[in-house]
Amino acid sequence: MMAAVIFVFSVAALMQFFVSYCRSLIAASARRALSSDVQDVIGIRRSASGDDFDRVMQYLYLCPDRREDRNGIKAIGAYFRMLGAVAKVMGRLIPSLRVWTESERSQCAYFAAVALDRRIAHNRDMFAEQMSA
Amino acid sequence: MVCSLFRGPLRRYFTLNLYMAMSVLVNAGRYVVFTQHGLMSSEYIYFYYYSDAILTICLYFALMGLYAIVFEELGVGMRLRVFMMLLLIGTTLFSYSVVHQSETRMLTRYIVEISQNLYFVGLILTYVLWAALLKLRESRIRVIQIVLSLGIYFSINAATYALRNAYPNLRFVWGYLPVAAGVFLPIAWIYAFMKFDDEARLAPSRLAAVPR
Repeated sequence: MMAAVIFVFSVAALMQFFVSYCRSLIAASARRALSSDVQDVIGIRRSASGDDFDRVMQYLYLCPDRREDRNGIKAIGAYFRMLGAVAKVMGRLIPSLRVWTESERSQCAYFAAVALDRRIAHNRDMFAEQMSA
Repeated sequence: MVCSLFRGPLRRYFTLNLYMAMSVLVNAGRYVVFTQHGLMSSEYIYFYYYSDAILTICLYFALMGLYAIVFEELGVGMRLRVFMMLLLIGTTLFSYSVVHQSETRMLTRYIVEISQNLYFVGLILTYVLWAALLKLRESRIRVIQIVLSLGIYFSINAATYALRNAYPNLRFVWGYLPVAAGVFLPIAWIYAFMKFDDEARLAPSRLAAVPR
């Protein structure tokens, strides 16, 4: 009985901590504006839509990665999939939840766009360094 | 430890560094016992679980350090330390009393019981700290991410030990989750130290799972 109570409480707390952790990752990049090059390539200006996420991720995979970004992107990818599952299962029953998940999914897409922007800038710097050497 | 040495004040996060140093020592010790006695030996199993309990107690000290950072302006650090030490002693005694009443293989049962309870109390304390962060509108990203990653670590381990207590045969589930959590915690802390400086801030309203 005690183990069951601990298990249920722990899983509920885990979900809450995971959501907040992902939101803290997203919030740290939400204030950053995208460069005009990336805006043109992916077609996102100030705000993104949840449907853009997969497309931006494909661009991200094409770009040589940075070790610093890797874990954050994985966590947000997992968060995005979790939001998709929640929207599918619960969205019809609770419309406000559907609105919330869509808003979160769009922020995930913006996070991915900022990560892409960073990767492109990083690779440009590396290329410039190599050319000047 | 290296990240905090180069990217932040080492003394400020002393308890986190203490935990990381202990973690390195314990893992080295586990490797020595593993190579000498093998994975399934009782020596390795005893060493693994007792060192895990010691690491959890070190994590309590890390949590105390985080409480001290969050509540430093209120000047209640000493009271919090006394309260958390009493809670730690209480948890140990409670686990002992539960096992003392029920089991014949007391020592092995005790270590699983105390690990489950230590992780659960750690989870409750982290949850309270998280609530306090939201209430006090704490905005330092580094502190927020360290506390949240600690919450994820405690909740995965508490859930795993509880599952293990209830269903000892589900080894394929509880065998791997603590390892994943053990890898996640240092990575998340390294990310928090490398990516953000101590004064980097964000709006606390963005963090609550339910929008305010």
